[in-house]
Amino acid sequence: MLADKDRIFTNLYGHQSPFIDAAMKRGDWDGTKELIENGKDWIISEMKESGLRGRGGAGFPTGLKWSFMPKESDGRPSYLVVNADEGEPGTCKDRDLMRHDPHKLIEGCLIAGFAMNAIAAYIYIRGEFYREAEALEQAINEARAKGFLGKDACGTGYAFDVFVHRGAGAYICGEETALIESLEGKKGQPRLKPPFPANVGVWGCPTTVNNVESIAVAPTILRRGGAWFSGLGRPNNTGTKVFCISGHVNNPCNVEEEMGIPLKELIEKHAGGVRGGWDNLLAVIPGGSSVPVLPKDVCDTILMDFDSLRDVQSGLGTAAVIVMDKSTDIVKAIARLSEFYKHESCGQCTPCREGTGWMWRVMERLVTGEADKSEIDMLLEVTKQVEGHTICALGDAAAWPIQGLMRHFRHEVEARIDAYQAKAAE
Amino acid sequence: MSKTTTFAWTADSEKLAKHHIAKYPEGRQQSAVMPLLDIAQRQNGGHLTIEIMEYIAGYLDMAPIKVQEVATFYSMHNHKPVGKHHVQVCGTTPCWLRGSDDIMAVCKSKLGIEKGETTEDGKFTLSEVECAGACVNAPAVAINDDYFEDLTPETMTKLLDDLADGKKVTPGPQNGRQTSAPDGGATTLKEFIGKEKGA
Repeated sequence: MLADKDRIFTNLYGHQSPFIDAAMKRGDWDGTKELIENGKDWIISEMKESGLRGRGGAGFPTGLKWSFMPKESDGRPSYLVVNADEGEPGTCKDRDLMRHDPHKLIEGCLIAGFAMNAIAAYIYIRGEFYREAEALEQAINEARAKGFLGKDACGTGYAFDVFVHRGAGAYICGEETALIESLEGKKGQPRLKPPFPANVGVWGCPTTVNNVESIAVAPTILRRGGAWFSGLGRPNNTGTKVFCISGHVNNPCNVEEEMGIPLKELIEKHAGGVRGGWDNLLAVIPGGSSVPVLPKDVCDTILMDFDSLRDVQSGLGTAAVIVMDKSTDIVKAIARLSEFYKHESCGQCTPCREGTGWMWRVMERLVTGEADKSEIDMLLEVTKQVEGHTICALGDAAAWPIQGLMRHFRHEVEARIDAYQAKAAE
Repeated sequence: MSKTTTFAWTADSEKLAKHHIAKYPEGRQQSAVMPLLDIAQRQNGGHLTIEIMEYIAGYLDMAPIKVQEVATFYSMHNHKPVGKHHVQVCGTTPCWLRGSDDIMAVCKSKLGIEKGETTEDGKFTLSEVECAGACVNAPAVAINDDYFEDLTPETMTKLLDDLADGKKVTPGPQNGRQTSAPDGGATTLKEFIGKEKGA
């Protein structure tokens, strides 16, 4: 188990004040000027050495992403955009980082922004997180008042500011190009890539979009060194991670743990175990709603990191662990996710707009068993026609939960159809 | 179409609108359309009208259709009146696993309305929303700007009673637990917990 001394988010649960005096006692804004004076190349090289992979779900190496930004301006300014549009079902970690430890994020914005030559950061926070946005605004004002942000940020001579932009209820804005569209005051419909945001992002300017957690861990990584972070976890899956454990556990919670912790240990040590005991476990969705579900026998031994979960045809995603015990109607649980994706499809691409509704309607019939078994393969075929055929990954995200269900629980779906048909024949 | 009188910013709203517009680069005032729609919706008691959207279009120098596109894309913009308390029950899988159906049933029976409806006295509107992002505190309900979490049918009933009676309610977990920490006590950060609250 991760030692407390290696935990970054020491106010994860808000036992202390989130604001500046308490935050500085916790170590925020300590030596920020020196970190910046070490230079852009040093910051990016430490971030690369840390092995940090993006915490928003895709797991792209953060230091590498920062290095894609233009070194010299062609006349256009550069921007850092923080993706705080947390809404992947099961995920509620960034909310805690913003309401309880906002200065880590703001300090991270300054450091990351400096490393990529940005003039400002925009934190795009989901509209429903009204109180979290208030906490961020207050913390930003505190940082400005202390001179940590502004024309001469931390006395470095570097001008940088941070702004909060509230969304208004659209999951799709968690997709980086939809988020950029939304930040420009438009419908949140994803853009085709290329051009990539690092070339043409918000207002036509070079932009990097990073998850809240990826930015908020950066100051601590730089203070303690990339080697400290990469010494935690496993190769290619380094560092600490805030896990969200929801569903049928005795004590649902958020917790910061080491990457690669066994799923069983994570659930038993921090969440009080599965309701009714480990043997009462049916399945786990290990990384937020988009990633395929895993049956108990995989959960028995699986490690919680990018590569381990990829190897079992699932994913770490946002590290949101949704636990389902044997009382769960697993078909209904996945059908509700299909309804979610149907609701959140932005309507731009036909396979997603039409496919998410079609998949949901079939899933609803599979819940009752009012279907023909041949429809299972037809449904899987449709998931394949949606997956990879849309501008953004929402289509994939809608397809994967159904594929996971059929991979591991097809027998349950078939039994339900048999039962329905047997009853109808009576 | 709802009937309104001519819309114009109040002094407070306009001050707030200008605060938001100033966040964005010169000439990029369209970026403020979402915050301005939010300000206008609050000023108007909870919903938007065509007239408001046209007013904002004029204010930001946008085509009215561009404002309408935004206003109809995002779920937090209301296009018909909502009650004083907008009860938004999260029904996505993590909340559903922990009993959101029971929470919704309590709301329906207590308020005597279905999803998407408003009580006759205008006090409550009931909605089902997609993932509220409070999954480890499920089931969760957002009421206006606040989250109420770890609900049971009993605490949900009390919450609705208290709101109806105009009593003060306390957001956050309704079972006494500390935010997202495990109920019964944190398993980590022991050194930091219990220390005096900072400034």
